[in-house]
Amino acid sequence: MKVRVTVMLKDGVLDPQGKAVGHALHVLGFGGVGEVRIGRVIELELDETDPAAAREKADAMARGLLANLVIEDFVTEVVA
Amino acid sequence: MKAGIVVFPGTNRERDMAIALRVVTGREPVMIWHAETDLPDLDLVVLPGGFSYGDYLRCGAMAAHAPIMAPIRRFAEAGGHILGVCNGFQILTEAGLLPGALLRNGALRFLSQDCHLRVERSDTPFTRRWNAGDVFRAPLAHGDGNYIADDATIRDLEDSGRIAFRYARPDGRVDEGDRQTNPNGSVKAIAGVLSANLRICGMMPHPEDLVDPLMGGEDGKPLFEGLVEALVR
Amino acid sequence: MSSATGQKPVDEALAREFGLTAEEYGNVLSIMGRAPSLTELGIFSVMWSEHCSYKSSRVWLRTLPTTAPWVIHGPGENAGVVDIGQGLAAIFKMESHNHPSFIEPYQGAATGVGGILRDVFTMGARPVANLNALRFGSPENPQTRRIVDGVVRGIGGYGNCVGVPTVGGEINFHPAYDGNPLVNAMTVGIARQDRIFLSAAAGIGNPVVYVGSKTGRDGIHGATMSSSEFDEDALAKRPTVQVGDPFVEKLLIEACLELMATDAIVAIQDMGAAGLTSSSVEMAGKGGVGIDLDLDAVPQRERGMTAYEMMLSESQERMLIVVHPDRTELARAIFEKWELDFAIIGHLTDTGHIVVRHQGRVEADIPLDPLADQAPLYRRPTAPSPAPAPLGPITDPVGIEQALVRLIGCPDLASRAWVWNQYDSTVGGQTVKRPGAADAAIVKVEGTSLGLALTTDCTPRYCRADARQGGAQAVAEAWRNIVATGARPLAVTDNLNFGSPEKPEVMGQFVAAIEGMGEACRALDFPVVSGNVSLYNETRAPDGSSVSILPTPAIGGLGVLDDVNRAIGLAMPAEGTLVLVGATRGELGQSLWLREIHGREDGAPPTIDLAAERRNGDFVRQQIEAGRVLACHDVSDGGILVALAEMAMVGEAGCILSAPQSGMRPEAFWFGEDQSRYVVAVRDAEAFTLAASSAGVETRVLGQVGGDGLTLPSGATISKARMKAVNSAFFPALMDD
Repeated sequence: MKVRVTVMLKDGVLDPQGKAVGHALHVLGFGGVGEVRIGRVIELELDETDPAAAREKADAMARGLLANLVIEDFVTEVVA
Repeated sequence: MKAGIVVFPGTNRERDMAIALRVVTGREPVMIWHAETDLPDLDLVVLPGGFSYGDYLRCGAMAAHAPIMAPIRRFAEAGGHILGVCNGFQILTEAGLLPGALLRNGALRFLSQDCHLRVERSDTPFTRRWNAGDVFRAPLAHGDGNYIADDATIRDLEDSGRIAFRYARPDGRVDEGDRQTNPNGSVKAIAGVLSANLRICGMMPHPEDLVDPLMGGEDGKPLFEGLVEALVR
Repeated sequence: MSSATGQKPVDEALAREFGLTAEEYGNVLSIMGRAPSLTELGIFSVMWSEHCSYKSSRVWLRTLPTTAPWVIHGPGENAGVVDIGQGLAAIFKMESHNHPSFIEPYQGAATGVGGILRDVFTMGARPVANLNALRFGSPENPQTRRIVDGVVRGIGGYGNCVGVPTVGGEINFHPAYDGNPLVNAMTVGIARQDRIFLSAAAGIGNPVVYVGSKTGRDGIHGATMSSSEFDEDALAKRPTVQVGDPFVEKLLIEACLELMATDAIVAIQDMGAAGLTSSSVEMAGKGGVGIDLDLDAVPQRERGMTAYEMMLSESQERMLIVVHPDRTELARAIFEKWELDFAIIGHLTDTGHIVVRHQGRVEADIPLDPLADQAPLYRRPTAPSPAPAPLGPITDPVGIEQALVRLIGCPDLASRAWVWNQYDSTVGGQTVKRPGAADAAIVKVEGTSLGLALTTDCTPRYCRADARQGGAQAVAEAWRNIVATGARPLAVTDNLNFGSPEKPEVMGQFVAAIEGMGEACRALDFPVVSGNVSLYNETRAPDGSSVSILPTPAIGGLGVLDDVNRAIGLAMPAEGTLVLVGATRGELGQSLWLREIHGREDGAPPTIDLAAERRNGDFVRQQIEAGRVLACHDVSDGGILVALAEMAMVGEAGCILSAPQSGMRPEAFWFGEDQSRYVVAVRDAEAFTLAASSAGVETRVLGQVGGDGLTLPSGATISKARMKAVNSAFFPALMDD
């Protein structure tokens, strides 16, 4: 079972990468772009058949290692 | 003083740290492999700089979960002294032994240059050789040194005097918004912080790279000399 | 013989696609006595590529001096090895990664650093310093910024992570590099002389071990790509670019050095260009043995890889080792401790063949002797370049002060701090002179009193005007930069970057540059101990014609200080007298003054008198050794006044200058690029000039240290703050940073 973990900087934490990309988009002529935030997507191939159990495992992994809760939030979703 | 230096895969400033410790203690520090599950009898544990686990995922994140961190936690709980420099500071925050986190530098580039640090208090084992307000020079070399913590944590750090060093101008003035003196954009220009018991210190710049006039100065030496004074048995 | 050739039949047409000529393919047929398999054709094509065989350059490279009493291993090993005293050796080499760096600047530069590091630690040395010689296109070219950004990040990203300080190098900008930047990376390492590891395999039956990263489909045909001209298709070839992993490289360094402390290794070589093919063929060939490889045992990152793909993969961070059979488990334990792949993938044989097996089939079986001995060797036609027309009379339209300000702000002279500040120059704790502090970087040899002086040099515009003079000048400038720190120059590594060897005028430049280099190396006792040739550095002009880069024979120089405490820098001291060493005729041909003030790149480059070079340099070094020199800076791009400005900008004081040499136009005196000169700051000018004249060395007092800027004979002062502001503006403006 594949679980996707998306890790993003918490709202309010400055994201200089996102800022730079937003600036670059603007320079390239893409108008109407508000805030740009950059995160990380981690796909886990888990040895699980029950979606709830898979998510639970992924949540534990995210809390334990994949995200730093001081600065980041995460969401997990079962994708396959 | 018996010092041990923890080596993770990707650590690369363990030799610099060993030289600095040798200069002030006259004895060879012990190298401790990350896979160990016990610490030898030590007065000081040092987490040196580098790119542990390639700094993949987040700087210090994987090292914070290495086997050696369990005995290091016990060492900390028992009141042991720990110094984390650069990647070592990142590991200590990831491990929760120090508050806050280190983000990508504000300008999004790796920075390798000298900076000036203002000593915020002198009554700690790490800073006792200086007076509060003293300024010393230290090289910094990192891509992720932009210190951040939530407002409550920062307030608490300031109120309890747990900020060890701030980036400053050579004359001691601190200007958080000035890229020249606070090059990575750290909040409140914080360069190093202390644990509540003042026995764990994490800092981004490298005092260990300035302990010899030949290499450009001895500005970093007082930190190590102070530790020897405080911890000698 | 069966083969998994897929769709395409192996024939002359396919061989041509692989970069072999009809004649070369004919040789393959006669060596094999049959049509080769696809894997065999791949092996021939990479081993006979320009990159691996040096087929156009070999006859000329042989003319370079490569020996001296202190040379332990010259060209032919993974890197050059010289005796630095106290039982230690310096091991060093420079190598290009030009083509990959155009296609993908970050990874191209990063893997260039990784590759040259492996060449050095594979011989048993701990890498202690990196340098890099970079050439970029015009700052006005919209591509340049992207390439500078990627290359600088790539060098930093890799070097910083592996923990080897980047301590020096050089950067030029010129439109001739617009579609073809040059990234030449140099690594220096230190080893004990009795622990140097070579690549010649030995011991029939000994196991062949693969260590490091897994093999993927990265960079297949990188070696042949780097030998073909650039065109619009280059960008379409992007998937072949390999990706570096500096974290694994760091582990590989530590694991290899740990293994090298034991007696397990018979021979070792990194898998560089053409990966498994070149390492196995060269190791077996040098040892005069055969080698049998079982590709099923190769650690693989991707599924379904063919023998052809595995043999040609350029996945990074891999090494091939022949170990003593009873030390295999010891070696395995070390690599497993460092969490690296370790696999026995074959053994040495007495057949004299390389035999490649995969999934029960023999995919290649090639006799090694003819593969090496019958490799193509070309003496390509050369055409002389016309001698540059003399400069003729010239005027000074702007005056000395304005010219200086324009020069120190121009792309070739502007401060490189923006670049250096992204490279960790202090890791290791041995960096005595960081970038910009001295003419050569100074790195202490840990645990000894020794210091290494390291530099890279080349002035491509001189080489284009007169390749022979330019070749000699590049060597002489490297020698001079080492001398200026007080170190004793020992040897060089060269990185010869030229256009297509199939153009007679390019081949003419190549041959002339080597002649000039050879003359200078001989005159200065400064032999070539390692090097690399990069040809086909061409770009397509809008009209479809192929444009060559400026001939760029980059020289990496190494010197030693017996007492590193005696090293001196270029920073202006607090007091002293400034003395010019060497004669000045005011040569403005090909000078930066001419280019920046008149917009002209013409005239003859400055002449080089190698006897005077030697005499002046030996004198300066003796004076430094005797402790009579406070600071020293060679006079190069921009001439005397630029040298003085550079000393002032990093120094404690400025200087007050006396009138220039009479009988010469002031701009020719201040900005002429006459060779073999140094500016020194001394306490006792009288004693210094007296010693010089008895050594037959011309000197001239330039002025006194003092003030806070550069005070010209006219009385006008250019403040240090103004100079610094002008000097530091270029890079941030270019990079919008």
